[in-house]
Amino acid sequence: MAKVLTLAPEKCTGCQTCELACSFKHTQEFRPGASRVSVLTWESVGVSVPMMCLQCDDAACMKVCPMGAISKSDTGAMMVNEARCIKCKMCVTACPFGNTAYDAVEMKIIKCDLCGGEPECARFCPSGAITFREAATATLSKKRAYAAKFKDLLQEVSE
Amino acid sequence: MYGWVGQVLRINLSKETVKKEALDPVEARNYIGARGLGIRLWMKEVDLKVDPLSDKNNLIFITGPLTGTLATNAGRYNVVCKAPLTGAMAASNSGGYWGPELKYAGYDAVIFEGKAKKPVYIWINDDEVEIRSAEHLWGKTVYDTTDVLKDETDEDAKVSCIGPGGENLVKFACIINDYTRAAGRSGVGAVMGAKNLKAVVVKGSGGVKVANPQEFMEAVTKARQMVKDHPVTGQGLGLYGTNILVNILDQSGGLPVRNFQDSGTFPNADATGGESLTAKYLVRPKGCKGCSISCGRINRVAAGQFATFGEGPEYEAAWGYGADCGIDNLEPILKASNLCNELGIDAITMPTTIACAMELFEKGYITKKQTGCDLSFGNEEAIVDLTYKTAYRQGFGNELAEGSFRLASKYGHPELSMSVKKQEMPAYDPRALQGMGLNYATNNRGGCHVRGYMTAPEILGIPEKLDNLVTEGKAEWTKIFQDLTGAVDSAGICLFLTFAIGAPEVAEQLKAATGVDYTVEEVMKAGERIWNLERMFNMKNGFTRADDTLPPRVLKEPIKYGPCKGSVSKLDVMLPEYYKVRGWSKDGVPTKEKLAELSIQL
Repeated sequence: MAKVLTLAPEKCTGCQTCELACSFKHTQEFRPGASRVSVLTWESVGVSVPMMCLQCDDAACMKVCPMGAISKSDTGAMMVNEARCIKCKMCVTACPFGNTAYDAVEMKIIKCDLCGGEPECARFCPSGAITFREAATATLSKKRAYAAKFKDLLQEVSE
Repeated sequence: MYGWVGQVLRINLSKETVKKEALDPVEARNYIGARGLGIRLWMKEVDLKVDPLSDKNNLIFITGPLTGTLATNAGRYNVVCKAPLTGAMAASNSGGYWGPELKYAGYDAVIFEGKAKKPVYIWINDDEVEIRSAEHLWGKTVYDTTDVLKDETDEDAKVSCIGPGGENLVKFACIINDYTRAAGRSGVGAVMGAKNLKAVVVKGSGGVKVANPQEFMEAVTKARQMVKDHPVTGQGLGLYGTNILVNILDQSGGLPVRNFQDSGTFPNADATGGESLTAKYLVRPKGCKGCSISCGRINRVAAGQFATFGEGPEYEAAWGYGADCGIDNLEPILKASNLCNELGIDAITMPTTIACAMELFEKGYITKKQTGCDLSFGNEEAIVDLTYKTAYRQGFGNELAEGSFRLASKYGHPELSMSVKKQEMPAYDPRALQGMGLNYATNNRGGCHVRGYMTAPEILGIPEKLDNLVTEGKAEWTKIFQDLTGAVDSAGICLFLTFAIGAPEVAEQLKAATGVDYTVEEVMKAGERIWNLERMFNMKNGFTRADDTLPPRVLKEPIKYGPCKGSVSKLDVMLPEYYKVRGWSKDGVPTKEKLAELSIQL
């Protein structure tokens, strides 16, 4: 069954370990500018959110690409075919989340490619804010937490 | 170069010049980086007798070869200069994100010389470096300064700056980066203030390369696993922060209480500990760049007179404002500790100086006439109020701003300052931890716990449990801890790792990153080299064996309560042994042979 990257911002400590691991995997360098995942932090409220390509099914980047250079791989990742890419950056503009980017150093489109099925961000994330799990179970913990509220409510009613 | 980026930025604030220089690879190899290399570069260029607050005292911001990589917790940098609080060397270590960003911008270090005519800040955007006016920022808090500078430069830029504490030359002002991470001790912020340098803002688009990527990832993966598996780094620190130590030290009898008068008994200690903080005030744990421990505490007191939001406190600050000031309520502790960050003053020296003032007050050596308030132990409003006044040097705050030694000396009682080399001892009573006492006495920057953390073996049993009350073997252990810490601080990684990893893992990561053939022996030797160089810094500044001592209270007055009742520090037994283990003369001077063995050329 296909796995998906699952984000739990409430667990994120803002350490940016994911950015280091991601950039190294893709460039053999620790260069956050080359990272396909970014951690956004709001210091004034103490919240950090990791963001990366969510591998949409009906992806805007794929639809807008004039060269047909973006397609879905076996691992479920939207991949950029560099041989076809003309670097027009329409995909960067089209992505509603800002998760497809242009790396001015390597002069190419960069986005999460799920590291061929073993994402480094999830492997190194120390807090469980980024996990790579079976699609069917990925949201189960959230469901369970929410369902627990009903459970509490029902218990209260029955007592 | 690999690991190191190979370039140093030199900014002369008097002449308003900016130069880029190559990093000397031989010095880098020998002194690793950050703390060690910083001291080395400083000593090569500056007259050792320099007045710390003069324009001749260079101020160096410097990273290590592992900083900004995926190595275990490699978010660190050091600020190096001569210290206004102690007159000794200063290398204050900070985490956050600023150090890595400096490397991404293409520099291992920034050396500041001279003094700006008017307040300035530096904007480093990769190759472009600007000296900009900071007149509109002078007087602003750390938080406000950081917000304004991000607006003026780049939203993602990292800011290291001083607050009012540094501007007003508070002797223990610190430099704060990324809002809340402090290069905390010895007064490095005052040196920055004396230079009219408000902030260093940096944004980098480059990266850090390592010599052997595959070997590096193997070393990193192994070390990270060890950090994850260890109960202290994998569980305790992340769950409760360093403040988990309040209860541990309280139970072992080593918690200093009311300026070390009543150590060993603090009935409501738990109310000030990490467990209570987590239960009532924790918003979220926070990690520095690449951190897998997340000991950082984002805290909030939602309402009431002590309502506050910020990061911290570490155990030492919680103890300082807590047990040491006789306060068992976390709310004023959090308020005061957050204020230290906002105003840019050291959250260890500040509360311990207040504790000293409380004892002076209690004994009648100072009165309301000086203090302006009833400064009895336990006064919750006073710790907040006096922290604020100290940063601005208002009223009695102007006297506190000199630190406890100068304060107590002024009123004729220097013995009531719980300091070593004029820097206040942190939260471990040397009568209860004999080895920690030896470390304080011999520490190159005075009363300091993070350069030879003997609490690990003496209380926590890491790597093995030593009897905290015996002196036997403590000289050797102290040397090993001090040397290893020298290497760890210089590599650019976090000291807390050493609960879980040792010299082999540090050596493996350094070797793969730099391509230099670091072995365990080399790493320990580099640490020893750094320790001896710092020692020579102090010796040449007039420090002698007589300065390797502890406050008379801990040498003469036995602990009155708890499991360590009756104990005093037996420093006189340990010190000669320590000098011998170090290969120094009977007067504690590194011998010519020792300096030659370590290839230290002065």
